[in-house]
Amino acid sequence: MARHVVAKVDELDIGKSKLVKVAGRDIALFNVKGEFFAIANRCPHEGADLCRGQVVGLAEAEEPGKVRMTRHGELVRCPWHGWEFDIRTGKSWCDPARTRVKSFDVTVTKGGTLTEGPYQAETFPVSIDEDYVVVEI
Amino acid sequence: MDTAVAQQRVALSKLGAIDCDVHPDAPKRADLLPYFDEYWKEIVISRDVDRLELTGFPTSTRPFFREDWKATEGSGVDKLRKNLLDSYGLKYAILNCVTGVHAIYDPYLSTAVCRATNDWLKAEWLDRDPRLRASLVLPWQNPEAAVEEIERFAGDKRFVQILALCQGEMPLGRRIYWPIYEAAQRHGFALGVHAGSAYRHAPSQSGFPSYLAEDYVHHIQGFAAQVGSFVAEGVLGKFPDMKIVLIESGVSWLPGQMWRMSKDWRGARIEIPWVKEPPSALVRRQIRLTTQPFDAPRDPGELERIVEHLDSDDMLLFSTDYPHPQFEGEAAIPAGFPERLIDRLVRENALATYPRLED
Ligand code: FES
Repeated sequence: MARHVVAKVDELDIGKSKLVKVAGRDIALFNVKGEFFAIANRCPHEGADLCRGQVVGLAEAEEPGKVRMTRHGELVRCPWHGWEFDIRTGKSWCDPARTRVKSFDVTVTKGGTLTEGPYQAETFPVSIDEDYVVVEI
Repeated sequence: MDTAVAQQRVALSKLGAIDCDVHPDAPKRADLLPYFDEYWKEIVISRDVDRLELTGFPTSTRPFFREDWKATEGSGVDKLRKNLLDSYGLKYAILNCVTGVHAIYDPYLSTAVCRATNDWLKAEWLDRDPRLRASLVLPWQNPEAAVEEIERFAGDKRFVQILALCQGEMPLGRRIYWPIYEAAQRHGFALGVHAGSAYRHAPSQSGFPSYLAEDYVHHIQGFAAQVGSFVAEGVLGKFPDMKIVLIESGVSWLPGQMWRMSKDWRGARIEIPWVKEPPSALVRRQIRLTTQPFDAPRDPGELERIVEHLDSDDMLLFSTDYPHPQFEGEAAIPAGFPERLIDRLVRENALATYPRLED
């Protein structure tokens, strides 16, 4: 398994997403409340780009008509048919057991350490004094 | 009688079969008169309220009645015994009164006729044969009175269900009806939804049909709309102990709707977040279907596949739809019905559906 530098931390604001290409794969990278997560970009339903989906909360209701929003900014809604996926796990909210997108481990690493390990910066040079998002594939 | 049919008949009586859709004769004014108070007696006489028929089920129209049953001597319970209760060896038969009582506009007249009809069912039918059970008819446009009527009969366990039409005034999931469901659930009544239209709306989504042949199949649209309404408005989750029985709807139309609703729910569920499971799972848990008519293809081998599409062994309830001619001779169980499910079909599923029905 290799570790890939995919973005600078300040490139991606909270609640935003970005498509990154790693080792030939399309990966949707999200910033959820300052934490970074990466899932496969392709929706398991019919293949829409999840990086273009709206980042949303979860609408929940114990009773008809009594709705509240929870888990603000933790789900992505597919731009085509609206299926919701948990950005942290890649699982579909409606069918977590059978419908999911692959999720990848993400870490934030100081530029200074990146020159040492088995890292690959595929699309840009890494500078010593910035923080980077690293995806493991 | 061919042997398959003879065997079926033996099976029905051995298993203690419960017929979940039997129609008593439609009561006329003279039958109901003893059950009205003075004011309503005056009204039904002076306003000439007599043959309370539903436009969609005119009692005089030939295709609605089986000739051999019709020809049997006698009337009322006696005739029902000969044609059905004795000859099929039934343990119970649930009477559903599908008459113009469901279509009256005046909320107070409707209440009075419902009360009279329920009292008549009790005195003229239930009191005369211990195998009979019945559904309460209710003034749906007057929920307060409907609840009172449920309370009035709560102590009489022979009433096991409340009855509505598949095409009434409004979709049955609406909140205005919830007090009725609250009372029904509290007392263990199932909700029966029977084929029939009060003709408040055209019976098809595309306007009025020209012929009876169309009208009868349009009821399926009504049933489909009610299933959608029960799911989306949250009735199934809100009243989880109340089973809903679709009576005389056919069977094969439902799996397609279950698949479709479950699929669309994945994208549209944020609008109805109280629906927390796929609609097909909710439908399987709480919605039941009677088996006559059974809209199966000619090849009995195909029938098992339709049953498999429901993906549940619990959903089907045996019915004859007496006295309507849905099947030939005595083959009340549709040909090809899987042997392993017969016990559930004719008895177990009904006992699980109707908590007021004692084993
Ligand atoms: S492609 Fe994503 S929901 Fe259909």
